[in-house]
Amino acid sequence: MSAKPLFRFRLYVAGNTHNSDQAISNLNALCRAYLPDRHDIEVIDIVRDPDRAAADGIFMTPTLIKLGPVPGRRIVGTLSQTQPVLQALGLEGAAA
Amino acid sequence: MKKTKTTRRAAPPAPTKTATGVPGLDQMTGGGLPRGRTTLLVGGPGSGKTILALQFLVHGAEVENETGIFVAFEETPARIVGNAEGFGWNLPGLMGRKLHFVDAQPSPDLVQSGTFDLSGMLAVLESKTRATGARRIVFDALDIMLALLPDEAAKRREMYRLHEWLVAKGLTALVTLKADADDSASVVQQPFSFMQFMVDCAVILNHTVVLGVSQRNLRVQKYRGSSFDENESPFLIGSSGFEVAVARTLGRMDAAVTNERVSSGVRRLDTMLGGGYYRGASVLITGFPGTAKTTLSGAFAEAACKRGERTMFVSFDSDGNEVIRNLASVGIKLERYVRNGLLRLISARTITGSAETYLVRIKALAREHSARCLVIDPVSTLSKAGNELTAHSVAERLIDWSKSDGTTLVCTSLLDEMASQAEGGSPLQISTLADTWIHLNYLVQAGERNRGMSIIKSRGTAHSNQVRELILSDAGVTVTDTYTAGGEVLMGTMRWEKEGSVRRATEVAEMAGRLRRVKLDAEEAELAVRVKSLQAELGAKKAEKVLMALTAEIDEREMSSVRTRMGELRGADAAIRAAR
Repeated sequence: MSAKPLFRFRLYVAGNTHNSDQAISNLNALCRAYLPDRHDIEVIDIVRDPDRAAADGIFMTPTLIKLGPVPGRRIVGTLSQTQPVLQALGLEGAAA
Repeated sequence: MKKTKTTRRAAPPAPTKTATGVPGLDQMTGGGLPRGRTTLLVGGPGSGKTILALQFLVHGAEVENETGIFVAFEETPARIVGNAEGFGWNLPGLMGRKLHFVDAQPSPDLVQSGTFDLSGMLAVLESKTRATGARRIVFDALDIMLALLPDEAAKRREMYRLHEWLVAKGLTALVTLKADADDSASVVQQPFSFMQFMVDCAVILNHTVVLGVSQRNLRVQKYRGSSFDENESPFLIGSSGFEVAVARTLGRMDAAVTNERVSSGVRRLDTMLGGGYYRGASVLITGFPGTAKTTLSGAFAEAACKRGERTMFVSFDSDGNEVIRNLASVGIKLERYVRNGLLRLISARTITGSAETYLVRIKALAREHSARCLVIDPVSTLSKAGNELTAHSVAERLIDWSKSDGTTLVCTSLLDEMASQAEGGSPLQISTLADTWIHLNYLVQAGERNRGMSIIKSRGTAHSNQVRELILSDAGVTVTDTYTAGGEVLMGTMRWEKEGSVRRATEVAEMAGRLRRVKLDAEEAELAVRVKSLQAELGAKKAEKVLMALTAEIDEREMSSVRTRMGELRGADAAIRAAR
């Protein structure tokens, strides 16, 4: 378990909406369960910082970008369905 | 990205409509799309939605000085620009200044978990709008994005979110959505039907194939607060983009009318028409095959070129060079005008497609050539298979367009010999629209076919109602009088014979007259001679008489002197002397 990489996430949300809150809490819960102590989350409010969103090509919110480790992935939505998220992050086998 | 902030100007009361730059669509809607509102553009695959949307932005950028944003959900901006390359829109020059593309394609390996909304996109676009000062925005293939949303309610919610944002920003928006092909009527039943109730204007593009001929139609379905042309109008994606063919709409300015006459190229025909065709008139020449319709229209083209007017000759029957050769055989020489660029010959024999395509192409070519006179030979080609339904309206629009352009139009129309022996209606029924209708016919008489020409109608012109004979020779086209004998007109050989016999009769009469005069001259001369001789005789007689009297006197005198002498000699008595 020593060589396990750090997961770096960037989560784009739009203002203080229900979707935003849900996405943030879902991501936090997921990280706590599957990636304890090896995750780094940056939350960007697209309303306040639209230029970064444009640079990243974000059109749907919430959008989660997995910056590392490679391969990078994008997950759109509130992350309420855990299974596809785990699959996308390559954490499927890692039981809680 | 960072640009000077353009604050929205406190514009003077803006017109409520903003032009799309799509010819025809602006006429149908009475000025364009609703300014500051959202317009929905629905159409099947390949119906031209993207091109129409892009043209709307290009026109805004180039003509209306309105910056535009193109949000592409389906194709990359590079592909869209590449596809529009053929239209000559100078996209590279506009891009980044007055035209901005936003690539909003969902990535194919996108993972979805839970619901999402479009507020991210709106935030991005808001910043972009502010940075560029954009007034127009296009969402191309929004259905791609909507399809990702899990349920109907979410789709509806996002649409309302988008719509509200657009209204709040005062952007003139065009949203395109895919619809099932060939099903514009039931568009209301389609998943995005609620969009149609939401927006202020909805336009439907329809693409059908009738008898193998593609027909594209555009219909304005709704337009809040404005009247509009509700009919389906054919459209075409031509060389300069999207073009809608609209019929004349009410309230449009009438074309200027002149009294100027232009020659038909046949002098006697000009006389028959009281000086020629009117400038800007539409002339229809009908007739059976081989009645010299092409020749007559060729004569018109030659006359136009002689006057130095730019002319276009569209032939659906022959190649350009064939036309030149064939017309040269009857003394109509077009070659030099083709060479000096005055005349443009278009051979449209191989073009297939809808009547609409023909019309738009002819219009484009005529505009390109800035033609003042136009010949279409024959216009009846328009009603070829698959086009029967539209051909009439196309012909109508052809005439309407040429009139409003001031182009003098001569079109020939082939009559089917079997179908209508009578001088009945032409198949396109444009005879009612044409200003001048010349009918060419064969008169079969005494084993010959001869060409007869008559003017069936000519608006605003006193015209001869006689059937004349049209004679083609290598010296040109002439019209001659026909002989009327016993209620029948005589043409060809019979006319020639009649002319011959009349000529002979006059010759004989003339000869007889001349002979009689000679005879009279002779008689007169003879009489004169006789008069002279008689006068001479008379003179002689008179002289003789004088001589006679003289002689008698002399005789008398001599006699008396003799007598005296004798008396003297005889010593006659004094009585006798005294008696002397």
